[in-house]
Amino acid sequence: MAEPLLRVERVCKAFGGLLAVENASLAVEVGRITALIGPNGAGKTTLFAIISGFLAPSEGRIFYRGADITGMPPHLLARRGIVRTFQIVQPFAGLTVHENIAIGAHLSRRSRAEALDAAADVARAVGLGDVLERPAGSLTVAARKRLELARALATDPELLLLDEVLGGLNPSEIAATVPIIRCLAGRGVTIVMIEHVMQAVISLAEEVFVLAEGRVIAQGTPQAVVGNPRVVEAYLGHGAAARLSALGAMHV
Amino acid sequence: MSGPSLPHIVLVVAVLATVPLLTVSPVVLNFLVVALLIALVGQGWNVLAGYGGQYSFGHAAFFGTGAYVSAILQMRYGLNAWIAFALGIAGGASVGAAIGALAFRCGLKGSYFALVTLAFAEVLRILASVAPITGAGVGILIALDLRPQAFQFQSRAPLYWIVLALVAIALLIVRLIERSRFGAWLVAVRENEDAARAVGVDTARVKIAAMTISAAITAAGGGFYAQYFLFIDSGIAYGPWISIEALLAPIVGGIGTVFGPLLGALAVKTLGEIAKLVTGGAPGLDLVIYGSVLILVVAFAPQGIAGLLTQLHSRLTRLRSSLPERARG
Repeated sequence: MAEPLLRVERVCKAFGGLLAVENASLAVEVGRITALIGPNGAGKTTLFAIISGFLAPSEGRIFYRGADITGMPPHLLARRGIVRTFQIVQPFAGLTVHENIAIGAHLSRRSRAEALDAAADVARAVGLGDVLERPAGSLTVAARKRLELARALATDPELLLLDEVLGGLNPSEIAATVPIIRCLAGRGVTIVMIEHVMQAVISLAEEVFVLAEGRVIAQGTPQAVVGNPRVVEAYLGHGAAARLSALGAMHV
Repeated sequence: MSGPSLPHIVLVVAVLATVPLLTVSPVVLNFLVVALLIALVGQGWNVLAGYGGQYSFGHAAFFGTGAYVSAILQMRYGLNAWIAFALGIAGGASVGAAIGALAFRCGLKGSYFALVTLAFAEVLRILASVAPITGAGVGILIALDLRPQAFQFQSRAPLYWIVLALVAIALLIVRLIERSRFGAWLVAVRENEDAARAVGVDTARVKIAAMTISAAITAAGGGFYAQYFLFIDSGIAYGPWISIEALLAPIVGGIGTVFGPLLGALAVKTLGEIAKLVTGGAPGLDLVIYGSVLILVVAFAPQGIAGLLTQLHSRLTRLRSSLPERARG
């Protein structure tokens, strides 16, 4: 079997006595959309922060294209092609949308003019073309989420880590964003997404990892994972799977 | 935020350059030399704080190093004044790089960074007030040698043009930064460090580079001060007064703008002179005025004079574009 693009091996992260991530292992195949789901507090964002270099793991190793990248700082990982977005959006608030995206584009482009041109292209691709000159601080939540995506995209990433880019969006905004993500994967960008919006996960992801209380409790196709009793129990509590199936039997 | 174009800078510098041709009044020239010196030092502070968001309270460390290195090399080692001046800039830049490396590699931010810069400046001031090489409490007097090759002149006009040239160079450097990738990264660091790191910005390195440039510009001000007044001591070179001047001018003029420090220095110095006239030179009163202006600017014009001017400009253009519509209606 070919080496996966990203391999996370038995990663642990402790904050004092709290074990936020415990022995998490996962593999991400190149060119795929992989989803990371799990109830609140499961450690998904912590795992993202570890993969993207913002936090060092207490234990475990991370390999990218076969090379050990554990503990490498975020800017070096970004230069290797690993770029994340933030669940709580982090715009350069005082700058315009155009300037925000250009910062991402500068990663591979020294010239200011080239970076601004590339930024304008990315903005149009994600539907921010009309608000280029608006200050990022004045955008709506939906537009800020898109800006987050656009800035990461402008770096020409190989591996994009999307932390709830659909969170807080209304159904029509979600419907508008899902094709953008699918289009990215179509262009060869490997995507790992943390997401709570299950329709989006089911329609986009080819592989799903379920994290609960810091541990990977299930993995597989979206259909297989949502039917898994352990996953149902992680979300709804112990015994929920049995009660649900009993309920289902009654209605049938 | 496209900033002023090259012709703007050339025009402003050209207008200022004509002043010595119009007046030989030592009062006017002395006033403008000091204002331009503060503009220069403030421009240095502006690079780091205005663009990079790292607020230093200790730019005296760079000003004083520029002044002392230049004066010591001239008086103790007999070096040519111009070469000593250049080495003073290099010395200031090195101190900036060293303090920057220490502070930023340790991840100091915000008020912690400000306090550390203040502490470094104070340590240097105390060292300079006891070390024999800096003349300890006596200071260093640069021997009178009124020849251009000794960076001393018979009249004030050449010194005026030199400090103006230094300000012009600083303006060009800042304009260059504004339009470069380095400048974009620097502003990104100011706006959101985590977001900058996520898209590949080596934030520590960008900040250290900014501090080095900032220190070099401010050290040039220190070296010029030594040649202009021909005397420095620890309180002048490393004293808190210059750290305050360095941040007051850009804050009043418009932080993070090319012309802010120049506008602010001229405004603050003019105000200081008016205050002295009005109060009959009561000691310390100009400082009261400084404090009041700072409070007023921060409260009512956080973007400084430059910000007020852009607001006025956009309001005027809006007014102009709305006029014909009204006439038609």
